Amino acid sequence: MSAGNDLDLIAGLVPTGSRVLDLGCGSGETLAYLRDRRQCTGYGIEIADANVLACEQRGVNVIQLNLEEGLAIFDDQSFDVVLQIDTLQHLRNTERMLAETARVGRIGIVTFPNFAHWPNRLSVIRGRMPVTKALPYEWYDTPNIRVSTYADFEVLARRCGLRILDAFGIQLGAPVRLCPNLLASVAVFKFERA
Amino acid sequence: MSFAEPLTLRCGAVLRDYTLVYETYGTLNAERSNAVLVCHALNASHHVAGTYEGDPKSTGWWDNLIGPGRPLDTDRFFVIGVNNPGSCFGSTGPTHINPATQQPWGVDFPVMTVEDWVDAQARLCDALGIEQLAAVIGGSLGGMQALCWSMRYPSRLRHCIAIATAPNLSAQNIAFNEVARRAIVTDPDFHDGHYLAHGVVPKRGLRVARMIGHITYLSDDTMDAKFGRTLRAAIGAEVVQRSGSPRYTTLDIEFEIESYLRHQGDKFSEYFDANSYLLITRVLDYFDPAREHDGDLSAAFAAATARFQLVSFTTDWRFSPARSREIVKALLDNRLDVSYAEIAAPHGHDAFLLDDSRYHGVLRARFERIAREIDAGSHADLARPGLGIAT
Repeated sequence: MSAGNDLDLIAGLVPTGSRVLDLGCGSGETLAYLRDRRQCTGYGIEIADANVLACEQRGVNVIQLNLEEGLAIFDDQSFDVVLQIDTLQHLRNTERMLAETARVGRIGIVTFPNFAHWPNRLSVIRGRMPVTKALPYEWYDTPNIRVSTYADFEVLARRCGLRILDAFGIQLGAPVRLCPNLLASVAVFKFERA
Repeated sequence: MSFAEPLTLRCGAVLRDYTLVYETYGTLNAERSNAVLVCHALNASHHVAGTYEGDPKSTGWWDNLIGPGRPLDTDRFFVIGVNNPGSCFGSTGPTHINPATQQPWGVDFPVMTVEDWVDAQARLCDALGIEQLAAVIGGSLGGMQALCWSMRYPSRLRHCIAIATAPNLSAQNIAFNEVARRAIVTDPDFHDGHYLAHGVVPKRGLRVARMIGHITYLSDDTMDAKFGRTLRAAIGAEVVQRSGSPRYTTLDIEFEIESYLRHQGDKFSEYFDANSYLLITRVLDYFDPAREHDGDLSAAFAAATARFQLVSFTTDWRFSPARSREIVKALLDNRLDVSYAEIAAPHGHDAFLLDDSRYHGVLRARFERIAREIDAGSHADLARPGLGIAT
């Protein structure tokens, strides 16, 4: 499956030796990968007890916080890279968190499921909400409170005063640079404060 | 263990010689790298785990955490519990004889600080031949000691585990301590702190002090769940229908919570020394490492190199999560390794002594990691600063 390759592709955007803040770090897999293969240091932020425990078991620094309360404990530009891997769609205050990401990190990297991927469009044309590998939930039980498209994010990034440094889609573990809004299930953006 | 070398205290006084009572559990390994120091809070002691032979009720105060197979596994770690000077479980304190007067120290025992305690603990480690501790762990006032270790003896510990603690006490916290102290010193049996010479103990004051303390260690919800508004007379099947009818008394116990608090107060006044209570609440009040750095807590941690684990409990209003987050921020500012768990436990400050599985889970994971480091023999280079995440 693509998860391992997705991680390779995303990690490839993180400079070796970076100080990294991973917002919504889950079980700490990404941070452990960056530590072991790219000599990175840093911290994860997580709200779920089970994930905090998993991070502790991996030996990854984890700070249990609710991202909706903001990143006040982190100083401006105190990290080389701030990651939001599959976190954006769970946050109520998307815009503010994006601004916070750009404030705290010199580089921000955001990934999220691309709602405009063609099978999703097909599903909607057929009259049903999509249920796919990237969007595996029924509409009534999804934890994703914000669904958006690759193209939507470009607009929001501009609105938030972000300069996009790199952007592509990921489909089946491979990067998609041609028509990612149509052809990729995952959107990846690397940006800095303009 | 007796120490002949004088201990100079922050208040300027000198403890010319002193005794520290301690207990150890488990075995110190050949490299002397598996020692964990456990720091006690206000009213606990060196007896952190297990029971004494022939006394099944003598369970250590942190027995649910420490022991064979427990999160802090005494089959793998050499655990040290030490009674701090000024306390009343055997180490030199107010009930001991002042060599200058040949009378009990009483209230004249010098006022101690967290720093003094940590200095005394470091000397105990010297005497035990332990240059570097695998970890220092403590909750509440014990957590303050763990934090102090990381600032004062940065090279002498690899992990600092501070639970339900704070970088200093808030005004409200000091206020609670002051109420407790006033209860003690206004007890007619206090005799200006020299009650032992009068053959009495200010038990009434101690009881009230413990009652106010106990209220602040519990959450509103826990107290409500445990006692609610239940009338004491309503206990027992046949009088249940009376539960709605109070007796309209101002002096007798009416509500269950009153009965509980009085019981706690009575118990406490039987074993705890009043001057120790005054002194240790002061130890709490005075702890404020940022003070010497113009209030800058980050600067206070500038020398620290340990890896930190902090835990707080959402319903703990005496040492609230916000206070732990202040510490986390100061550690982040210094680019130190830190993990922080905020446990949604209902029990208030007391939660740090209970065995919530999420809480004990993260502690177990941390100690397993420390044990792995020890097994790998990699501890020698683990105290480097700014190492970031690493196993």
